[in-house]
Amino acid sequence: MLMQFQLKPRREEKIISYIWAFLIGGLICGLAQLVLDHTNLTPAHVLVGLTMLGAILTGLGLYQPIVDLAGAGAVVPVSGFGNAITTGMINEAKRLGWIGLFTGAFEFTGLGVTAAIIFGFIFAVLSVPKD
Amino acid sequence: MPNKKLTEPQKEYQKLVKQKRPRVPVVRNFIASFMVGGLICVIGQIVMNYFMEGGFSQKEAIAPTLASMIFIGALLTGLRIYDEIGEFAGAGAAVPITGFSNTVVSAAMDFKREGFVLGMGSKMFLIAGPVLVFGILTGFVVAIIKVFLVG
Repeated sequence: MLMQFQLKPRREEKIISYIWAFLIGGLICGLAQLVLDHTNLTPAHVLVGLTMLGAILTGLGLYQPIVDLAGAGAVVPVSGFGNAITTGMINEAKRLGWIGLFTGAFEFTGLGVTAAIIFGFIFAVLSVPKD
Repeated sequence: MPNKKLTEPQKEYQKLVKQKRPRVPVVRNFIASFMVGGLICVIGQIVMNYFMEGGFSQKEAIAPTLASMIFIGALLTGLRIYDEIGEFAGAGAAVPITGFSNTVVSAAMDFKREGFVLGMGSKMFLIAGPVLVFGILTGFVVAIIKVFLVG
């Protein structure tokens, strides 16, 4: 099994992690809503923009500190998706050279994309069409 | 789009439309997005802490956390609960990865009637597709600059 001698996060640390996840994750969503309400952009445009923003902040080295602070609060919003794509590409490019640019995108996100396809298919098969 | 050469009555009409159009409840929307988006991230953190207790580092815990959240989003979409959350919370439901999953699963469910290949298969990534495309394009440029130009 997995290594068990790593220290388990204590109760207070967990509670603090929930608070930061709530504050930062909520703030990202709230700001996206403000953009939606004040511009003519569609939700798809805002999601694309936020993903690109996450990728750019990753390149500038500014996204990892947010992840360190907020954990899932920075990972779960779609900007974290841009971060995961970019981090994978940078890691693989450092390891393999230019080939890594092409293999890295799905290093961390492949699991999620595959999961979305599998679950999408299953629920599409099971769903009864609305009339 | 407001036309530059409006006649007087048209201008009056535009004014009237502006008055009658329901005001966007900006503050209410912000709070609803903040609360729901924050709560979804807390659920993500609970999942993440669970994996980290199992011995994963934070970095290793990211992928299984995202997959779990995608499953939760898909399940709530399949039960037709997520659309209601979306109606209430807007970006608070759309921005988390559960919303990404929601767009995939709801498109798959809605377009099944057009057939499995040309309906479900091709329309599944109707909204998630652009996110992937532009995420990868941006990541590609960023990674080139970071690894090969800046070093």
